[in-house]
Amino acid sequence: MAGVPLRRREGFRALLWLSPWLVGFGVFFAYPLLATVYFSFFNYDLFSLKFNGLANYRYFMQDERAWLSIRNTAWLVVVMVPAQVLFALGVAQLVTKLKSGVGFFRTLFYLPSLVPVTAGTVAFVFLLNPATGPVNRILSLVGISGPDWFGDKDWSKPGLTLLAMWSVGNIMVIFLAALLDVPRHLYEAAAIDGAGAWRQFRSITLPTIRPVLMFSAVTGVIYTLQYFTQAMIASRVAAGVTDAPGTSFVPGYPEMSTLTLPQWLFQTGFRDYAMGYACVLALVLFAASMAFTLILLRQFRGFEEVAE
Amino acid sequence: MTATLVAPPTRAAGRRARERRGRTRRMLYWIATHATAVALGIAFIGPLVFVLLTAVMSDNQTLTDELWPHSWNWGNFGEVFAKSPILLWLRNTMIYAVAGTLFTLVSSIPVAYALARFRFPGRRLAFLLVITMMMLPPQVVAVPIYLIWARLDLTGTLLPLILPMLLGDAFSIFLLRQFLLSIPREYTDAARVDGCTDFRTLIRVILPMARPGIAAVALFQFFYCWNDYYGPLLYAATNVDSWTLSVGLASFKALHSVQWNLTMAATLLVMAPVIIVFFFAQKVFIEGVTLTGVKG
Repeated sequence: MAGVPLRRREGFRALLWLSPWLVGFGVFFAYPLLATVYFSFFNYDLFSLKFNGLANYRYFMQDERAWLSIRNTAWLVVVMVPAQVLFALGVAQLVTKLKSGVGFFRTLFYLPSLVPVTAGTVAFVFLLNPATGPVNRILSLVGISGPDWFGDKDWSKPGLTLLAMWSVGNIMVIFLAALLDVPRHLYEAAAIDGAGAWRQFRSITLPTIRPVLMFSAVTGVIYTLQYFTQAMIASRVAAGVTDAPGTSFVPGYPEMSTLTLPQWLFQTGFRDYAMGYACVLALVLFAASMAFTLILLRQFRGFEEVAE
Repeated sequence: MTATLVAPPTRAAGRRARERRGRTRRMLYWIATHATAVALGIAFIGPLVFVLLTAVMSDNQTLTDELWPHSWNWGNFGEVFAKSPILLWLRNTMIYAVAGTLFTLVSSIPVAYALARFRFPGRRLAFLLVITMMMLPPQVVAVPIYLIWARLDLTGTLLPLILPMLLGDAFSIFLLRQFLLSIPREYTDAARVDGCTDFRTLIRVILPMARPGIAAVALFQFFYCWNDYYGPLLYAATNVDSWTLSVGLASFKALHSVQWNLTMAATLLVMAPVIIVFFFAQKVFIEGVTLTGVKG
């Protein structure tokens, strides 16, 4: 249908429709990305711009807090993302097994993921607070003395993981849709062949939903690399610090245990105004996210052909 | 003779016993799955229940570790309004969410339309760029963008968050494109044969058919703005007149030196609108979320 002249005409028309986004792409993506590379070679405090070569990069190599924040982010990627994905898969699988109340339970499990992140985080700091929090109170009823959660450097990240598992509804709904798409006759055939529940799950369910599972895991990693809000709010509320102008607070309370790379970038760039150095941190974050985005784009290649 | 007399009842009894066993197994299975679901349901809803119970406790009781309120102090919610500028935060949040959603729709629908319907060189590249923009952390490009707004003297307001939405939002473009692809080409081809311009095709054919997709994108964008903490913290935290609910709530306890009861009351007030909207628009949500995931 599409001869060459028609294609070219369509190209012009498409360009017209795309133009607002193309401007946005230039102003809010392409330019800032290049500028970030440029500024990373400068000492910049919002007023004076001084070239300092690789000094920012050298500082990064010995900036203990930067590496600590990278380690914390890595912890979240390695522990929190699998916890979320496996938990969501388990919950979704359970919902498919229910004979009654499916809609009710799906709503119930999905609801927490809608709770505004700020509200959910403040709520969890209260729920897990060691003095008056209900969680430790309930634990003490069964004879367990609960930890200090957001006041203890070893328990703050597990506390954030609990919060992440509580608000896992989005992934759960996606998995649920994928599980319901698995053709029923495959299970029936397997059952006739004498395959048990576990065997059916491993040989039929997993291979069928693998693309969805992969997609959720990779996007989960990418979102966790940007992990900011929950950690920032948990540390502020637990430490009793506000966002009011002029308040100085180094995030990561307690003992830097919740300091993630985006928070350290925020702190150096927008609170300490070491903007050139913040650009180095931004490039580190860019490299890490780009690596995982490329994995995602490879998945999309296959999808593109189906969509055509 | 005796055997033939005895055998039929035994076979029947055996079948009945097997059926009974099967029924028992099915019932145990039903109980096990539903009990697990109920337990999980309690775990999911429990935090919200404790937030509510604490929100109505008296100041004295909130200092103890008791779980059930002695008296139900509904006045705590009024206290929140008296003690903090929560109405100002609400106003700012509404401005951000409503303007942000409208701007996003107006700017993203045409882009998604072009990506889904036009054949042109670089169309795949454009789509891959949309995904890349969607995936890259906002912090990566934060410094130069902040400098743009600082030079325009707009830091301290919410405009740096609202205005860019006039130029398209990657996630919304992506979602709308996925949705528009599901509309059969025949409809737009027919419109073209009838002499419709691209614009008329979009308004008359695409928009009415894409209503569920547009609704999902609007809701997602509204909630994104409503929940956003990073953006307002970056641009508006330095000016208390521009604070949103998320920034205000994060500072609420320390700033107004209040106890957990009022903090939980404020937390509930921030959650309430979202939860109410959800109960009215549940279907749109679940379908929209499903759309974001089925793309492996």
